[in-house]
Amino acid sequence: MPVRPTAALSALLTAALAATALSACGSGSGSSPNTLKVSYKQSTDNSIKVMDTYLAGIKKEFEKKYPGKKVEFVPIKAPDSEYYTKVQQMMRSPRTAPDLVYEDTFLINSDITSGYLKPLDSYLSQWPDWKQFIDTAKASARGEDGKTYGVPDGTDTRGLWFDKRVFRKAGLPVNWQPRTWDDILAAARTIKQKVPGVVPLNVYTGKPAGERATMQGMEMLLYGTGDGKSDPLYDGGSKKWIAGSQGFTDSLKFVESVYKEKLGPDVSDALDPNYTTTVVGELLPQGKLGIDLDGSWLPQNWLPGSGRDWPDWSKQLGLAYMPTEHGQAPGKVSMSGGWTWAVPAKAAHSDLAFDFIKTMQTEANAKKWYIANSGIALRKDVAADPSYATAQPGIRFFTDLVSSTHYRPAYPAYPKVSTAIQEAMESVTTGDASAQQAAGTYDSTLKDVTGGQVVQK
Amino acid sequence: MRRSPGQARRFARAFPLTPAVVLILLFLAGPIAYCVYIAFTDLQLTGQAHSSFVGFDNFRRAFRDSEFLNAVWLTLVFTVLSALVGQNTLGLALAALMKRASKPVRTLTGGVVVTAWVLPEVVAGFLLYAFFRREGTLDAILAWLHLPRQNWLFTLPILAVSFANVWRGTAFSVLVYSAALDEIPAEITEAAEVDGAGGWRRMWHITLPMIRRSIATNLMLNTLQTLSVFGLIWVMTRGGPGNKSQTLPLFMYEQAFQNSMIGYGTAVALLLLLVGSLFSVVYLRLLRTEV
Repeated sequence: MPVRPTAALSALLTAALAATALSACGSGSGSSPNTLKVSYKQSTDNSIKVMDTYLAGIKKEFEKKYPGKKVEFVPIKAPDSEYYTKVQQMMRSPRTAPDLVYEDTFLINSDITSGYLKPLDSYLSQWPDWKQFIDTAKASARGEDGKTYGVPDGTDTRGLWFDKRVFRKAGLPVNWQPRTWDDILAAARTIKQKVPGVVPLNVYTGKPAGERATMQGMEMLLYGTGDGKSDPLYDGGSKKWIAGSQGFTDSLKFVESVYKEKLGPDVSDALDPNYTTTVVGELLPQGKLGIDLDGSWLPQNWLPGSGRDWPDWSKQLGLAYMPTEHGQAPGKVSMSGGWTWAVPAKAAHSDLAFDFIKTMQTEANAKKWYIANSGIALRKDVAADPSYATAQPGIRFFTDLVSSTHYRPAYPAYPKVSTAIQEAMESVTTGDASAQQAAGTYDSTLKDVTGGQVVQK
Repeated sequence: MRRSPGQARRFARAFPLTPAVVLILLFLAGPIAYCVYIAFTDLQLTGQAHSSFVGFDNFRRAFRDSEFLNAVWLTLVFTVLSALVGQNTLGLALAALMKRASKPVRTLTGGVVVTAWVLPEVVAGFLLYAFFRREGTLDAILAWLHLPRQNWLFTLPILAVSFANVWRGTAFSVLVYSAALDEIPAEITEAAEVDGAGGWRRMWHITLPMIRRSIATNLMLNTLQTLSVFGLIWVMTRGGPGNKSQTLPLFMYEQAFQNSMIGYGTAVALLLLLVGSLFSVVYLRLLRTEV
């Protein structure tokens, strides 16, 4: 009698199921006690290998220093927002949690609240190099419980990049330094009039640009309104988010002027999710953008071997700090973020993970990293090192901005607040709403996403 | 009571099915049940130590959320335009035309249509992004014809992504309808011809009634596939500008993974499942009606 196909099939399935289950037990969490798993964000641009090259060097040094230990990288190749999601999902379970993760300070408080991260205080207190880190940097990785959950590996600052070629054609000074927002708009108007075919001023905006719009766009404006001391987004005293502020409406008005007067990129370009690649890859190198409100890291796009080499950028681009709204004290504004190395709460080898951090953060390796990724040093010894300060034009300018920089209120609701800010910007960019209307919508969205934790100012 | 021999035999016969049932329960019903559970909690991806049961809060929130209602509306527009009208009608037309065409034409058309079908969603998305974007292929063609230029992804995003979905998904309908048309016995068509029925009449009175079941099946599959399209829209517009092409799957993604509200996102996913099953019920009823 022939075997009935169903019986044969189900026997096969049973075997397959058993085999899968068994092998899953065998390999899942059973990584060797001597293997350290390190997750990091790999650039989505294949030509950029800054992080990969740097980490490969550290791995070599680490494995030499700790014989018998192995480092296994788990690179995640994704844009920022998808990287966060992936890492958070990995950290939820001990089976998938790496031993070391690269955490954006943007989300560190949120992830601390979720219980994803391990406090590092017991390690830090025994690590002499920790004293070299400046205080604001230490604070960026501190939770509301006062414990520190990550070692920052640099920061960034922001300012105005301008094209001297465009400025010469427009008859503007090449040592330009605006004192107020009106000075910026005036320069952009001049460019629009005198240099056709050039985008006068780029301010990132809208949801497609994501956090880039919030931070390089809106917050660079917003933190330059008011007295420059208190946080215009979040009231630390009452632990509530601020609604109805004049500064918020003023900042939206600036964005409105940029796009309404056609001083910015074409609206459909500005809302193209890939616009940043156009800015750093085409517009700036080709001299088609007058002024760009952007971050300190731009030069890493133009390094030799990046595929878009532009060794002369510093001759053609100038740098100016972002002024406050009316030029009121302290006169300049910058925002800072940055990334930290953190140990997941469910990591299998936290001691080894901290040893890896120590290897990355020796003075020499830290310096190598800051220079390679156009980062701003957070270690006093590196910042004072002349070979760091002269490694790349612009480093001194952006390092000096650290003294007048602001960190975002990176509390758990922040990502949602940030989306609300992007929506407000987008509606004034497209002309769907006036600055006042958009600010009103923001206020009601803010109330919604923070669970009513809002204070009127 | 003792088991009758018939029952015992039935049990013995059912036994080999156990692994399959276990697999289905584990990998299909399991995740769905877990999703249903999560939809009733306030689970977040980050920013929360413990989640709790919140009853119907997520669903109530959805129906008060203007962005959700916008997404429902756009999903319906997208589905009707691209699945019901686009893929389905174009698929039938192509299949009917191909049946009468010469062999080389048939092979060529079939080849082109199937290429669009086998391309991965993301690749197709990038191709059509390049086609529709400002200074893209379509724009160049319009400029060459001295017609007004447009950035389609910006001015008519939902139309652009609908077109993309038609472009990508029509092949499936062509295949279904080609098979169905081949099933129609030649004698019936010939008899109608002898009786003097023209092309349109034959189509209306013979072809369509005879392939009615295929139409229902095809509509159902097209609809369900289209309801869940994500990659194509994500690559072309990310749901923008604003929320002008944000269909339910994109809205769900934004809530769950960008705003970290897994609970709310899952509730939206369940509502999407509901929309899909509503469509399915309608089509199943169509299927049941005998010709």
